[in-house]
Amino acid sequence: MSMASRIFPMPLHSVMLLIVWLMLNNSFSLGHIILGSVVGIVIPIVCAPLRIPQPVIKRPLKLIPYTLMVIKDVLVANLEVALLVIGPMNRIKPGFVAVPLDLDEHLPITVLTSTVTMTPGTVSAELSEDKSYLYVHVLNMPDDENEIIDLIKGRYEARVKEIFGC
Amino acid sequence: MSFIQELVVTILLVIGGIFVLVGSIGLMRLRDFYARLHAPTKATTVGLGSLLFASMFYQLFTQGKFSISELLITLFLVITAPVVAHMLAKVAMHYQVSTIKGTKNLHHVKTARDQQPPKKETRS
Repeated sequence: MSMASRIFPMPLHSVMLLIVWLMLNNSFSLGHIILGSVVGIVIPIVCAPLRIPQPVIKRPLKLIPYTLMVIKDVLVANLEVALLVIGPMNRIKPGFVAVPLDLDEHLPITVLTSTVTMTPGTVSAELSEDKSYLYVHVLNMPDDENEIIDLIKGRYEARVKEIFGC
Repeated sequence: MSFIQELVVTILLVIGGIFVLVGSIGLMRLRDFYARLHAPTKATTVGLGSLLFASMFYQLFTQGKFSISELLITLFLVITAPVVAHMLAKVAMHYQVSTIKGTKNLHHVKTARDQQPPKKETRS
């Protein structure tokens, strides 16, 4: 192991910790930069042995349209849920759906499940052991459950797959 | 602060307030545990987000200082809220929390508890 990788086992994390430290303190004074650098160097050295290898993001630029799309969907989801909540309760037909997954690594699945939870009327509930199915609770179930499955697979999973290039 | 600046902050505060209120009403009105999960995870992200933006603009307008910590709070909220919802739903499934009548595809709960893929649907 080279000297540089021993001091900076996770260089990206070091930079991120420094930035978060400066943002938390709302200041860019020399003192905070030094303190943040110490935090950014010590924490990765301590945490490096615990790291689980994750797939890298192959196409980072695709993250921007994805994020914008998710923000838009979150706003829409909020309005939809707000209207459902205020309206009559017996109109709501909840249900469970099992969504077959094509992804098989932890990080992409986490991104997908978080997105599913944040967006229209769905909360992820459980993942099958072999990572082939994601169980989702749907607040207002359409008559055809394939509608939900197609939405999750087509709108989100396909894009997550593109980002991670798998 | 000028009138326009006050207006921006006020509108953000009102929007945030409405969404947090709706989230709380949802928590109270929805019928079962799973449905109740939906209201707070969604309504509060936008609600709290817009409250934090109001705070950010207020700081910017009154002190001329751009405060970034609100952005961080929003970011942490967006990262943690789905994880919490997922864990709560998972625990509810394992404890077999009762669901309201008319919940579709209840047979999924059984296989989900064992973390197995769903069985082929058997029509009865």
